[in-house]
Amino acid sequence: MKSDYDLIIIGGGPAGLAAAVGAVENGVHDILIIERERFLGGILNQCIHTGFGLREFGEELTGPEYAQRFEDRVLQAGISCLVDAMVLDVTRDKHVVVISPVHGRLEFTARAIVLAMGCRERTRGALMVAGTRPAGVMTAGTAQRLMNLEGYLPGQNIVILGSGDIGLIMARRFTLEGANVSAVLEVMPYSTGLTRNVVQCLNDYGIPLMLSHTVTSVHGAKRVSGVTVSEVDIGRNPLPGTEQDIACDTLITSVGLIPENELSRRAGVELDLATGGAIVNQRLETSVPGVFACGNVLQVHDLVDNVSEEARHAGANAADLIAGRLAPKQRTIRVIPGRGIRYVVPQYVDVHEADEHTVLSMRPDDVFRQATVEVVADGRDVPLARFRRRHLTPGEMVTVNVDSAVFRTCAQYVSVRVV
Amino acid sequence: MSDMTQQRESLDVVVIGAGVVGCAAARELSRYRLSVVVCEQGAEAGQGGATKANTGIIHAGYDPAPGTLMARMNVRGNALYTGLCQDLGVRLDRSGTLVVALSQEDRPYLDALLARGRVNGVPGLCLVGHDELMKLEPNVHRQADSALFAPTGGAVEPYEVALALAENAARNGVWFLFDRAVSGLEPLDDGWCVHLGTQELRTRFVVNAAGLSAAKISQAAVPEKHFHMHPRLGQYVLLENRPEYDIRHPVFQVPGPTGKGVVVSRTPDGNIIVGPTAEDTDSDRDLATTDAGLRSVLAQAHRSVPTLDERLAITEFCGARAIIDERDDFLIEESAPGFFNAAGIKSPGLTAAPAIAEELVRLMANGGLELVANPAFIPTNEPAILFRDCRTEEQVQMIHENPAFGRIVCRCETVTEGDVVRAIHRPLGARTLDGVKFRTRAGMGRCQGGFCGPRVLEILSRELNVDPLLITKCGPGSEILATRLRPEGDSCA
Ligand SMILES: Cc1cc2nc3c(=O)[nH]c(=O)nc-3n(C[C@H](O)[C@H](O)[C@H](O)COP(=O)(O)OP(=O)(O)OC[C@H]3O[C@@H](n4cnc5c(N)ncnc54)[C@H](O)[C@@H]3O)c2cc1C
Ligand SMILES: Cc1cc2nc3c(=O)[nH]c(=O)nc-3n(C[C@H](O)[C@H](O)[C@H](O)COP(=O)(O)OP(=O)(O)OC[C@H]3O[C@@H](n4cnc5c(N)ncnc54)[C@H](O)[C@@H]3O)c2cc1C
Repeated sequence: MKSDYDLIIIGGGPAGLAAAVGAVENGVHDILIIERERFLGGILNQCIHTGFGLREFGEELTGPEYAQRFEDRVLQAGISCLVDAMVLDVTRDKHVVVISPVHGRLEFTARAIVLAMGCRERTRGALMVAGTRPAGVMTAGTAQRLMNLEGYLPGQNIVILGSGDIGLIMARRFTLEGANVSAVLEVMPYSTGLTRNVVQCLNDYGIPLMLSHTVTSVHGAKRVSGVTVSEVDIGRNPLPGTEQDIACDTLITSVGLIPENELSRRAGVELDLATGGAIVNQRLETSVPGVFACGNVLQVHDLVDNVSEEARHAGANAADLIAGRLAPKQRTIRVIPGRGIRYVVPQYVDVHEADEHTVLSMRPDDVFRQATVEVVADGRDVPLARFRRRHLTPGEMVTVNVDSAVFRTCAQYVSVRVV
Repeated sequence: MSDMTQQRESLDVVVIGAGVVGCAAARELSRYRLSVVVCEQGAEAGQGGATKANTGIIHAGYDPAPGTLMARMNVRGNALYTGLCQDLGVRLDRSGTLVVALSQEDRPYLDALLARGRVNGVPGLCLVGHDELMKLEPNVHRQADSALFAPTGGAVEPYEVALALAENAARNGVWFLFDRAVSGLEPLDDGWCVHLGTQELRTRFVVNAAGLSAAKISQAAVPEKHFHMHPRLGQYVLLENRPEYDIRHPVFQVPGPTGKGVVVSRTPDGNIIVGPTAEDTDSDRDLATTDAGLRSVLAQAHRSVPTLDERLAITEFCGARAIIDERDDFLIEESAPGFFNAAGIKSPGLTAAPAIAEELVRLMANGGLELVANPAFIPTNEPAILFRDCRTEEQVQMIHENPAFGRIVCRCETVTEGDVVRAIHRPLGARTLDGVKFRTRAGMGRCQGGFCGPRVLEILSRELNVDPLLITKCGPGSEILATRLRPEGDSCA
């Protein structure tokens, strides 16, 4: 196997696959995708429900179907894929160390790298949910894997903590398999998942969604026997006197995803505390030149269609870099989250004459109705761009397409705010 | 192993409980030509009691009151640890421990500890001033006044010690019966009959190392010498380590009005552990953490290491110290002919365990146990080499010889399938998910088994040839899966 590639993509999920497609479309073919699992497709392989691809393909596909479309393109383009192979190390000078049962230890070098390792789920431990530590507490993604890939039901009486999308989808999945889901608890006063998932996964099956509630204690010595749940105040503190016990044998947690950036850290990539992902410019290039990031490793997405779009962009930019087509930047503008916004990606924009528009992705920090997202420059009052939205919620990522002229008129920074 | 309970002849010793004390006793006994059985109600060694949930400090010995068994066993146990860990291939980080005086008012307490430590025979104790403290431990609170430094203090992973002791005992001929609770004891003319539900064992000597249940076991054997025990709970938070709050020496605080003062320590695995609380309870309630307990641990830990970032919490847990009411010492004695108690083994019991084992064997010899050296005794274990700890060339060779070392099962801790398979097939190997975790660290990292859990389950099922539905976290009752959704063998994973 050869050891030098123009582009190495770490992770063969939807982000990695679309990045490869983006690079090929931009003329780079010497690509290696490295994937830890035995199959390409990433998390989509266990998402056997439909709801994928409405934007990308204009039809509703299952996760595996959606992944297959991209896999076909990658294979048709003759891109090399190394599966059942885990990247152990990446260095600043784009040296990649991999191990695999078949090939042993491998080392590669690349001219550019795309990081597409996805994310992991936050756990009960990270949330500090008190109580005992029995079997039967698991993340929604683990339950999904057990049910959809391995064919086992991990429990019969289920309580779900967290109304993130995976939790909602698993509430329906458990119900369809004959298990009893007593409640989905959400500490916030609103669901953190997509509205369509609340409707299709809970309402349609009569599963109660208990907003402003959380699990305050887990019971059971060997296997979960129940949980205590409490209502919380706006500061998310449990309200004394509101405790109630719910009997169950399984507690499923769906309390957030964390970009999997251990490798990025090793490569010296600077991370954003708010996103948990790399700090990037509008080309999705990290603080390490030639290293790009996209998909859930960069920021947690709700829709795979957005992942594909972002990743294709990253791949195309990596190809431009490899081909020496990136125009030199003139200066750098920082992008800062303002009122009502938790984070914005990219975190900075390199100003180039040629750019026509720049996509900013962000999450609001609260629910807003009939709101406007404004881009303001250098602390001035008059917004340079405004985007009207009927409904903003932390559970749904917002993207706006900003005319790049905005950044050229700006001296140091822009901030993005909700009014 | 089932024929152990069908034996005709009497055994020499039955040890009740495979915590660190029972395992150390069993290993000490395996130096001699004896037939020894350890009965443990849990699924594996070191998982049933205090041994799996404590701070893991190898205490220097300045804490216990002079003249107590605790003081003597502590200092002796501490001294034995270096050789023991070398023999067993267990990690011991003997960097020394610090008791930090956060303000000048705390100084008299350090002086008292120093004096007590000297009486107990603790080597090398010294007081260090502010500047030296900052050099030793740059992340301790800037305003900290001074500290007591105990160079013989250290840290281990307690489960690792217990597992290694058990494995070594097994290697030298000790039998372990797991998932088997001792339900009663009956005196015989020449020893004891130990009841395990419907089965029984005949033995000349019994060691009661049943942790919190020691009072109940003792009651069954020697009702006239009644004592009562209760749990004193200790809650912990385990955090990912970051340079801003990394700690090189376990940092203790001076007990204050707000509590006993918690420890901040780096485990040999490299995580930061903070805790414990000290809550006396009367009930046998489950070992549950509480919101208030965890909060108080973190609040107190911030006093000595203000930069701790609780957002990087990995997990929380609770342990129970086995306290004998109205007694501030271990109870180690022959309480009836042939019946030996090792009860009330609270902190520093982990440190003291090797010394307690010596003491028990000495008492048993006095009580008539003949000690003939076992010529086949091997003090060491097969090294437990994990892929992640090997040099590059060794890793290449490992994958070449066994491709399973090229497949990562636990991504957080870089554990390979080969590591898991080995952990299962070692002497007294892993049978549960926790067993794999404690031997390889698979599932101990950031994602807490979310990724590796299903994979480890599959490997356990394959290697032990057990239905996946019967694989447990920590013994019967803790099964992971409820039912099959598809016919057997129809898996897409
Ligand atoms: C449970 C669940 C349900 C979802 N439901 C929907 C839905 O209904 N509709 C929708 O549009 N979106 C949904 N999504 C979102 C969508 O699936 C994700 O946004 C998408 O999979 C993210 O793509 P990714 O490539 O960034 O990450 P992943 O799919 O996680 O892919 C990352 C890949 O990188 C590999 N990798 C990681 N580290 C290494 C390494 N060191 N070496 C080699 N390979 C590595 C991993 O094995 C993995 O294959 C869902 C997501 C989840 C988790
Ligand atoms: C919060 C806390 C912090 C501590 N910190 C430290 C420290 O930093 N340093 C230190 O040196 N020490 C420390 N200790 C003390 C140390 O953990 C204990 O002294 C030690 O683990 C006791 O070991 P053991 O074998 O006696 O008990 P255990 O580990 O409790 O083992 C008893 C075993 O007996 C089994 N058993 C019980 N009943 C039966 C039955 N009927 N039949 C069969 N088996 C049975 C149980 O399942 C269990 O496995 C701490 C303890 C606690 C709780």
